[in-house]
Parts: sequence; C-alpha cells; structure tokens
Amino acid sequence: MNPKDLATKAQVTWCPGCGNFSIMSAMRAVLADLAGEGLPLENVVLVSGIGCHAKIVDYMNANSFYSIHGRTIPVASAIKIANPDLSVICFSGDGDSLAEGLDHLIFAAKRNIDITMILHDNRVYGLTTGQFTPTSPQGFHGKSTPDGAVEHPINPLELMLASGATYIARGYTHGIEQLQKLFKEAILHKGFSFVDVLQVCVSYNNLYESYNKWTYTVEGNDATSFDEAQKIIRSWNYDRSDVPIPLGRFYQADKERFDQSFEQYRPGPTERDSKIKDLLDNLI
Amino acid sequence: MVPIRLDGLDRQTPVMKMDNFSTLIGGIAGDGINEAGLTAARLFSRLGYHIYMYYDYPSLIRGGHNFSLVRASREKIASHTDGIDVLIALNQETLEKHAGRLKDSSFVIYDADKVKIDDRKHRGCGLAITSTLLEAKAPAIMKNTCILGGYCKVVGIDWTVLEDVLRKHLPKMLDLNLQVARKGYDQATEFCHLGSGSDGAISHRTGKDGDERDGKPHEKPHPIITGNQAVALGLIKAGLGAYVAYPMTPSSSILDFMARHARDFGLKVIHPESEIAVILMAQGFAYAGVKAAVATSGGGLCLMAEGLSLAGMAEMPVVVVNAQRAGPSTGLPTYTAQGDLHFVLNAGQGEFPRFIVAPGDAEEAYCWSAMAMNLAWQFQLPAFILTDKTLSESQYSFDFDLADRLCGELKDDLQKAPLLWDGTEEYRRYRYTETGVSPLAFPPLPGQAIKTDSYVHDEMGITTEDPLITREAAEKRQRKGRSMAEYLEKYETVKVLGDLKSRTALLCWGSNKGVCLEAARKFGLQVIFVLVLSPFPEKRLKDALQGVDRVISVECNSTGQLARLAGSHGLKIKIEDQILKYDGRPFSVEDLERELGRVVA
Repeated sequence: MNPKDLATKAQVTWCPGCGNFSIMSAMRAVLADLAGEGLPLENVVLVSGIGCHAKIVDYMNANSFYSIHGRTIPVASAIKIANPDLSVICFSGDGDSLAEGLDHLIFAAKRNIDITMILHDNRVYGLTTGQFTPTSPQGFHGKSTPDGAVEHPINPLELMLASGATYIARGYTHGIEQLQKLFKEAILHKGFSFVDVLQVCVSYNNLYESYNKWTYTVEGNDATSFDEAQKIIRSWNYDRSDVPIPLGRFYQADKERFDQSFEQYRPGPTERDSKIKDLLDNLI
Repeated sequence: MVPIRLDGLDRQTPVMKMDNFSTLIGGIAGDGINEAGLTAARLFSRLGYHIYMYYDYPSLIRGGHNFSLVRASREKIASHTDGIDVLIALNQETLEKHAGRLKDSSFVIYDADKVKIDDRKHRGCGLAITSTLLEAKAPAIMKNTCILGGYCKVVGIDWTVLEDVLRKHLPKMLDLNLQVARKGYDQATEFCHLGSGSDGAISHRTGKDGDERDGKPHEKPHPIITGNQAVALGLIKAGLGAYVAYPMTPSSSILDFMARHARDFGLKVIHPESEIAVILMAQGFAYAGVKAAVATSGGGLCLMAEGLSLAGMAEMPVVVVNAQRAGPSTGLPTYTAQGDLHFVLNAGQGEFPRFIVAPGDAEEAYCWSAMAMNLAWQFQLPAFILTDKTLSESQYSFDFDLADRLCGELKDDLQKAPLLWDGTEEYRRYRYTETGVSPLAFPPLPGQAIKTDSYVHDEMGITTEDPLITREAAEKRQRKGRSMAEYLEKYETVKVLGDLKSRTALLCWGSNKGVCLEAARKFGLQVIFVLVLSPFPEKRLKDALQGVDRVISVECNSTGQLARLAGSHGLKIKIEDQILKYDGRPFSVEDLERELGRVVA
C-alpha cells in the first residue's frame, strides 16, 4: 500500500507549516507499512476529538470515529473491547485530552487498555484562536490569559507514568522518522500507549526555534525502569524554555490489560430466551 | 424469655378481606427490610396472589427508617395502599410512624424485646425476637426470618410455604434461618387463616371492563421482580451485548444485575469513570456492531447530554434508561418523581429524533425495553426507557404469559434485524435513502472505510460546511424520525383502559398506570395511558379521546409535564383537572381516590 492511498477527497484546512502535516504523513506511512506486515488497514480504527488535530480523520481514508471534544478514549476503549481484532488509535489535543477529557485519559492508563493515544501537543488552543492549555508554560500570554497564565503546566508524561500507561514516548513534528518509529512501536505495543508529540502551531504558538535548539533524543535508556523513565520525564516540565527536552521512548512495560478481561461468548436468541426463563424461575 | 402477649385473643377473630392484603414491614436500614418484604411477597405469591411491593428508604446505609409495603391481591396490581392489615415492627419508630395506617381489623407483630405497644389502641402479637436470636446465636439480620416465622403463623400461612421460600432464597446459613423462623412461628398464635399453597382457595375474577386483569388462576406462582430487573431482561432479550453504567440511584440495581449475570448472557459490563464515558462507550460499542445500553438518573443524564447529541448527529443506536428521582439536582435520591419528561424529550443540543417509552408495569418494561433496543437499531438513534424510582425498585408479580402475549404483539419487530449494507457499491455510512435510514456496516470491512462524524457530514461521513449538504443531512435525520413514527402507528402506544363507557378519562404515563387503573375502577372512569412519548402518538391519543368529555391528568411532578406535552398536540387540560403529586412519594390508592373525589365531585 502506498501512503498516498490513505488520502481522502477532503480539502486539508490546516495552516501552511502546521505540525499536523508531519503527524499525518508519519501515520500514513506507518499504517501503509503495517498493512504489509499483517495489520490490514480495515482492522484499524482512528478516533479523534475536536480541535485542529481532529481533522486528521477526515484526511485519512480509513475507518474513523470523529468524536467530540475530550472524548476519544471512551469511544476507542469500547471499540477495542467490542472487537479485540481491531487496532484503535486516538488522535487528541492537549486541550482535548488534558483539560476536557483528562479523566478518560487517566482511566485509560489505569486500565492499561490496548489502544494508542497520539497527543498533538501544540500547547495552545488553535481552533478557538489562541488560549492557554494545560501544557502552556506559566506566564503564557493567551487570549484568556492576557496578563500571563498564573498556573504551572501539567507534565502529561509524568501523569501517564503515574497512572499506569505501559508505553510512554515523546516525539517532535520536526523529526518525522522518529515519529514513524514511535507511532509504530506504540501501535504494536500491547497495552495503553501514549505518544506526546510536540506539535508546532505556526499561528498561535510557534516554538520551532526553541524546540530545534533544546530537543534531543534519549538513547541507551532502560525503558523497563520506572525510575529511570520518571527521571527523564521530569527533566523537562513544560514550564521552562531553557533546558534540554528529551525525545524518544521513555517507558515500556508488560502488564495485564482491561480489554483481556472480557469473554467473547455470546448466546444465541433461543439460548438467551431459555436462560431468561430459568432466571425468572429462580425469582419465584 | 418474654412471654408471648396475645393481645388480640379477647377480641373477635377478624374477617380478612381476602382479595387484598397489605403488610408493612419496618425497621432501620441494615435490618434487611427490602429482603424481608420480598420474602413476605414470595409467601403470598405461592398462595396464588399477585404482588406489588413498594420499598421506602432514605439515602443512608445504616439507621434511618426503612419500610416495605407488600400488597397481595387476587388481581394484577401495580400500586400500594395506605391502609394495612398487618404491621410488622422491628422497632418502636415503625409502630409510631405507621400506626395511622392500621384499621380496626389490623394487627401488629413486633419485637417484644424492643417495642412497647399500647394494648388499648392496637391488637398485637409480641415475639421475643432479640432474645430468641441471642439464644440461637444467630446474627441480628435474622430477626427478619424470626418475625416472618411468627407472621406466617399469625396470618395462617403454612410452615411448609415459608420453609420452601427460605430454602430457595436464603441458602446461606439455611439451617439457622429455618431454626430461627420456626421459633418465631411456634411463638405466635393463629389469628386468622389465609390458606396454604396446597389448598389454593384461588378464586380469580374475570376481567370485565377492558383492563388487563388476569382472567384465570395461574397454575404456577409468578416470579417477583423489580422494574429494573424487567428492563434488564428485556434488553438482554433484544440481544444486548454490552452494558455500561455509572451507579446512580434508582438505576444502580440494573448495573448490579447485569454484572452478576454478565457471564451467563455473554455481556460486556463496564462501570467507567463517569456518565460522560458511559454514553461515549455505548457509541463505541455501537460503531463496532455491539448492542449497548446504559442507565442513569437525571443528574447522570445531564452529563450524558453532549453524548446524546453526538448519537443524534452520528446516528448511533444507543438505549438509555433514565430512572427518574425527585429533583432538581441531588433532590431526593431514593424517592420518586416524573420530573424529567421534558428533559428527556429535549436533552442534547440541536434537533434529532429519539424514541421514548415509559412502561407502566413489569411486563411492559420487559417487552418495551426489548422494543426500545430494536428501534434504536432500526432507526439508528437514541432510544429512552423512562422509568422512575417507583417502577425501578418496586417488586411486581411478573406474569410471563402476559409478557409473552405483549412481546408477541411486537414479535415481528423484536426479530427484525437492522438495515445492513448489501456490499454492492462503495460503502457510505450516511447514504441518503427514502426512509432516512442508511445501511450499517461494521469494521473490519476490506476495501471500505466506515466513517462516523459528530460534525455536519456528507454521505461518506466526511466533515462539510456546505449549506446544501447541511440542509439535506438535517432532513435525512428528520426523515428517520417520521419513518419511525409511521412505523409505530400499528402499535398500541396509547392504551385505553378502565371503564370504556365513561366520558371522563384519567390521563397518565409511567408508573402511575397501576394506581390510575385501580382508582378509576372505583369511580367508573376510563384510563388513557400514554406508553410512548416520542414520537408522540398524536393520532392514537386523538382516537382514544373519542367520546371523552373530560380528561383528568395524573402525574408525579409539579408542572403537569404530560399535560403540557399533550397540550402541544391539541389536548388542553385545565389546571384544576391536573392531579399532581410532588413529595417524592408515589400515589397510594387512597391518595388518588381522595383527589378524584375532590376533582370529580
């Protein structure tokens, strides 16, 4: 399969230079790749929330559920539980999953459900034209915080590690090869995978220069070590723009999964009716 | 041991009104009052009676005052009475709170170790419950069993009937339970005899005035189930594959029931982080082709509103049970109301069709819950089962034959599969059709993309802002609503019951059906019961109103919500003809008769 086959007729409406293009082309390449390696495209379901990130499902000729703001995870979780043969990938934004839908994100990690979350983390609300988000640094001058945000940001990776996610990584939209590697690992990982993608918003939060200067890829780290992962994750807290920002796979573990706990047995209508009768007899 | 006091012996043995017999069992939370009521209900059921049990409890775990009102009748019932024949008092508070319900013929059975009774006022039978339990080294919860033993002796239910019930339903510590019950039984002395399971003495009346009374004696006792259990079983019957819920009274027992029986019925049962997750998960299941249902009460439904709107736009089949309780806000968590009708009619932004059914008893709850699931999938929209605390948590004799007949009328639909993609052309999730219903397909589907969208979308499921498509898509959704309304025309979505010759009719919905039927009988009135509330059965209602001069509406809310809905469909009901109750308690038969006496006179 050619990644271009994954395009739709929909007109792409992201701003020129938007980091979302990198995420999309990386994902198209990975899905095309995986289709040749035993994961047919029809077994993939893409789920998005609402925001600039979410338009990605309109641009991908694959199964998709364009959900509502903050609500990718419950939809994706149920799809996975309904049919374990499906690979379910969520695309979400930092406003979408860390503000409106934060509870779902934490619970997905807690359950270690076998779905993948790609967080388009541009650290600003784009579609609503420039308000601060949970990963904007303190002092961020957004439209809703004209005097600078008072709050410190959330470190989503630290939160995911604490909540039980079993694949945790960070990429950057200027490193498409690394994104492909991380996306593929995340999709193939059995358990809840979380990839934070530092995505540049050219219109409201252009951090190209800063990210180009400070990001580096972690190598030789022991991803099975919780403590080491925590140390790497805590080395940058989203607040400062004068410290190195690690990229790469930080944590990966094998743990029991929520989606494994369901039986696939289904009684037919006749069997169901007779079981209902038996149950009622017990209530006489 | 405290001697047994047979205060009633010096009086004439009362003649029981055998057609109807009401028992109130009261104590504190933690006494097992619900279970005790259910045991009493099962005793009468074995004697051939129909049962209705109302369970009243405050929102706490231990302490407070709980009571079960068990009513046994020779006819199908779905309402309770204020007056009682026997009061079982596990504590003093029960006697004091409910003494006003006692009639001259009534008597009190009580724990003589705990309760003091005024012999001049009440006829009573004191049993040494607490000391009996101590002697038998039985846990406190068994005071129920002990007093029910005494109760059986007093009202003349054979020991074998009680033993049968206990063996079947209290297998845990059975021997001790039987021992304690026997001690209670032996302590009491017989006041009157109600017959036993073997001698039957069943003399059913034949229904004669168009209501749904049982026409023949049933050979086998009916199961006794709550409205929630009936809803759950109906959903299972319709092929439920997944049940998702966050606990909220009075809907929680559906979650408990589904979880307990998940393995048996192959259900995927999930209790997630919030009602928001609940309604979204249900749609994930629907997307993958699994029939899903959720349940909540008003507060949870508030959280589900955005998800409902998604179901409307994305055309996802989902069944939502809303078990109403008294609001607004936290309101009275464990008490009843019919205050959410307009909320359920309108919840969610924008315009989209929905199905709403409000069953009036256990059989309707069973069949129409199955029907709701089926309609949700046939028309790809949210379908609501609107209940209230009264229906959800009351116990009903479940007449399986009646349910079978009722489901039989819906049979064609209950077996109808949803419209599926035939595979002949490119799959378009939102293909325009005459009925507005687009064929469904589920992943994986080689060579096709199944795209669902919360935005305005084209037939492929891709977002658009095009004005023409926006209009067409809106019309498509409305077309589905009209198709569903036409489809439902053949069903008895409005039931005309009671005295069909009467020119005055009671108009009601939901759990008030039973009490309206009973009060209407006394006053010789007709009852118009609106079963389906959306799409509103305007024509059926109009037909029902033929020959009716006056309509009196009966509702458990303070603004007359059905009256308002009917008003927008051409039926104007005067304020003074609206009987409304909004104290969290269901109408008793006496309540409604009193109100009718005032309004009709």
